[in-house]
Amino acid sequence: MSVPRTAALALGDDALILSQRLGEWAGHAPVLEEEVALANIALDLLGQARALLSMVGDEDELAYLREEREFTNVQLVERPNGDFAHTIARQLYFSTWQELLYGRLATGEGALAELAAKAVKEVAYHRDHAEQWTLRLGDGTELSHERMRTALAALWRYTGELFQPVEGLEVDWEELREEWTRRITDVVERAGLSLPEGPQGTSWAAGAGRQGIHTEPFGRMLAEMQHLHRSHPGASW
Amino acid sequence: MTTSEWPLWEVFVRSRRGLSHTHAGSLHAPDAEMALRNARDLYTRRSEGVSIWVVPSAAITASSPDEKDPFFEPAADKPYRHPTFYEVPEGVRHL
Repeated sequence: MSVPRTAALALGDDALILSQRLGEWAGHAPVLEEEVALANIALDLLGQARALLSMVGDEDELAYLREEREFTNVQLVERPNGDFAHTIARQLYFSTWQELLYGRLATGEGALAELAAKAVKEVAYHRDHAEQWTLRLGDGTELSHERMRTALAALWRYTGELFQPVEGLEVDWEELREEWTRRITDVVERAGLSLPEGPQGTSWAAGAGRQGIHTEPFGRMLAEMQHLHRSHPGASW
Repeated sequence: MTTSEWPLWEVFVRSRRGLSHTHAGSLHAPDAEMALRNARDLYTRRSEGVSIWVVPSAAITASSPDEKDPFFEPAADKPYRHPTFYEVPEGVRHL
């Protein structure tokens, strides 16, 4: 069974771009231990991206030689790191979704299901890490609570896109959204916060990353990521 | 963030086929749950089937290096402290 190209690219781009963002934390995390944790998560995601992109082409070409409009990651993963709370909110939204999605994909057949079965263990850890920090920041000091609240609200508009159907993935997206919302609600409530209000998936909420439309900071991120490869085309390292 | 909010934890790891927990190192974490997770990242590389213990360093009482001599010096010059003069009678099993 061949791997559906659109799906492998979409999931591969999600993992690649979030991995790149998390890599930016190296040397800047609040504490050494957290630095290691974020790097670990970034490496897991990079591994997933490599596997997914390799399924449909040359991983380096796909990562380094595509233009912004050719990337089909959701906008959520390309959002800047912001403060630690923003990074954690992004991780919480994304990894909860990824765990639920990969869990479903793992029950299928083919190379994608095999990858999902392997990756779901990793993303369960990512989700746990994000949950632990959401609880601690939300239930921490007045300042950390406020920052966590702000971060969850700021990224909320990008979450609707997670449930846009992806060609080639046999998933009940509405059911996925319900389960995701239940999980997120549970965590933010335990953290003493509440689910942000506002549009999530309506026409004027953000989110057309799957169609190649990206937010403004994405271009700069891509320029940094691709700079070396484009300066020395064809080099091997 | 003060150090008091991020206390030191000692990490003991039992590898998958290991018999006992061995002191692997220490780390800072805000609480035990986070200490476990950090220990996993730092000391086990997520190998499956390992067991981790974390203990706040403050909970450990160590023997004092200053008292090493009286504490550990075996009284080697008192041979009667060592059961070396007994001959095991024949017929004693399982010794």
